[in-house]
Amino acid sequence: MAFELPQLPYSYNALEPHIDSLTMEIHHTKHHGAYTNNLNKAIEGTELDKMPIDEILKNVSKHSPAVRNNGGGYYNHNLFWSIMSPNGGGKPSGELAKAIDKQFGSFEAFKEKFSNAAATRFGSGWSWLIDKQGELVVFSTPNQDNPIMDLAEIKGYPLLALDVWEHAYYLKYQNRRPDYINSFWHVVNWAEVERRFNLL
Amino acid sequence: MEYTLPPLPYGLDDLSPAIGRQTLEFHHGKHHQAYVNNLNNLIKGTRFADSDLETIVKESDGGIFNNGAQVWNHTFYFEAFAKNPKGEPTGPLAERIGRDFGSFGNFKEAFSKAAATLFGSGWAWLIKDAYGNLEIVQESNAGNPLRTGLKPLLTCDVWEHAYYLDYQNRRPDYINAFWSLIDWKVVEKRFEMG
Repeated sequence: MAFELPQLPYSYNALEPHIDSLTMEIHHTKHHGAYTNNLNKAIEGTELDKMPIDEILKNVSKHSPAVRNNGGGYYNHNLFWSIMSPNGGGKPSGELAKAIDKQFGSFEAFKEKFSNAAATRFGSGWSWLIDKQGELVVFSTPNQDNPIMDLAEIKGYPLLALDVWEHAYYLKYQNRRPDYINSFWHVVNWAEVERRFNLL
Repeated sequence: MEYTLPPLPYGLDDLSPAIGRQTLEFHHGKHHQAYVNNLNNLIKGTRFADSDLETIVKESDGGIFNNGAQVWNHTFYFEAFAKNPKGEPTGPLAERIGRDFGSFGNFKEAFSKAAATLFGSGWAWLIKDAYGNLEIVQESNAGNPLRTGLKPLLTCDVWEHAYYLDYQNRRPDYINAFWSLIDWKVVEKRFEMG
């Protein structure tokens, strides 16, 4: 069973002006596409071939760097597309909003913490909001590592993720990563983040 | 000591089309400059306040290392380019490349592969070790071979900011173009000096 590059749930220009159409197209077809193809090559003919991606990543320390890097890239981008929407932005509501207030003091305090994690990740990586056994935690990971990997420093269930590889923003924002992070908040699909939270 | 951004030893258009003007403007004027500014701010009041850059690269860690090494790496990277340079090394460097890699073509292939396969942000390096042998190494993020006692001779920046405006996801095309810019006189001098 080969993994497939998922279709985006919106068009390439749907997140304009916050994330531009060309960036979305290259990011999805080329970068996410390459992670998908390279993951399939790395697992072909191995016992991982029929496993769901979550199961592969849970024991990723036992596998090759190609599985870690491309499996992470495949999973992370799947999640990233799903937690953005042209109708996004605003604030979470319901149980998630309560949990954010409880953990971070306020939504604004959470936003600042998450933005800071994204801005200060040196090199390539991701910023995360995760549920760690009932506690909400914000942090970042290098490259394509993620919090469901057994080798992650902090493990948990990802609720929100932001890609801060330069390919995610360089065509529009160049060196101005903080401007990209500010724009991200306008497209966050809180309905999806809440859906993930309510599964727990 | 207050660090300053070294000027580019060529014009912003001189590396086109291999590396475009806009890339150089951002890479030198924004990224390299930001590392210089950050370094100056971070070393104030620390034991590195009066250190030379090589000491900072070898001995610091955290933010001081990241910014100090990125200042060093970018200066070293930009210095090795010229407008219309000669195509291949000559003299003792050429001989050593032949001895250690079999041929210049083999060396180029091995270095290009190291640059293409480094996952994430970082640098590919040609180094000379303590015994005078040449080797190719990969370093992530701000990594620098001086820290392990190796002498850097040539580097290729494979942070996406080095090529994304010109090549987007096509890192191999950037690496291919990189070879057309190298001023081998600079690399030969580095090899012959110690």
